[in-house]
Amino acid sequence: MKLQIQYFALLREQRGLSDETLETTAATPTELYEELSSKYLFTLPADRVRAAVNGEFVAANAALKSGDKVVFIPPVAGG
Amino acid sequence: MFKIVSKPIEIESLKSTLEDAQAGACVTFEGWVRNHNEGKPVQALDYEAYPELAEKEGLKILAEARERFALEAIVCVHRMGALQIGDLAVWVGVTAAHRGGAFDACRYVIDEVKARVPIWKKEHYASGASEWINCATRGVAAEVSKKV
Repeated sequence: MKLQIQYFALLREQRGLSDETLETTAATPTELYEELSSKYLFTLPADRVRAAVNGEFVAANAALKSGDKVVFIPPVAGG
Repeated sequence: MFKIVSKPIEIESLKSTLEDAQAGACVTFEGWVRNHNEGKPVQALDYEAYPELAEKEGLKILAEARERFALEAIVCVHRMGALQIGDLAVWVGVTAAHRGGAFDACRYVIDEVKARVPIWKKEHYASGASEWINCATRGVAAEVSKKV
C-alpha cells in the first residue's frame, strides 16, 4: 500500500527530506518505523518515537491503511 | 486559544484578550531562550513544530486545565523558527476569580506543553556544534502511546 510520510526535527535531518510517498507492506506504525529506520539509519529506537496518523496520535500497533498520512514524533522539547 | 506562531509574540495584545471583570487574578508565564543548557553555552535555538497536531494537542491541554481548575480565560502561544538568546519562546496567560486556580493552571499548561506538544528545539552551541534536545519529562513514548 501507499503511504505519505512527513518528517520533523531529527528524523527530517536523518532522512534528508520533509515528506515522501512510499510503497510498503508495513501493517503498523512500529513496523513502518523499523523499515524506515533500517533504511535510513535513524538513531532513535522505535520506543522513543510516537506515531500520528492523519493528524491524530495513534497507538504504535494501530492498523495502517492505504493513503494514510503518517508522522513519527521524536521526543518533544517545547517551552 | 492555543497557537503556534512564526512571528514574535506580542504580550500586550495577548494580555488584553484576557481582560475580564470577573477575574481577580491573572498569572502569566514567559519562557525565554537561555544562554546555556546542561553546562554548554548556547548561542541560538531553532524551534520546529508539527503545527496541525501541536494546535490540537495544545487545545486539549487548555481544555484539561479548564476542567481541573476554576478559570475565566486561558491562552498559550508558542513561537517557532530561529530564536536568539532572550527571545520569548512561549507565553501562557490564565485568569480566574481567585489566584490559586490561576497559578495551578498556568503551571499545568506549561508542564504539559513541554511534555506532549509536538515541538522540537535545536540548540546551537558556541563550539559550532548543534543538537536536537530531548526535554520530554515523561517515560518512553511506548508508555504514553498505550494510553491513546
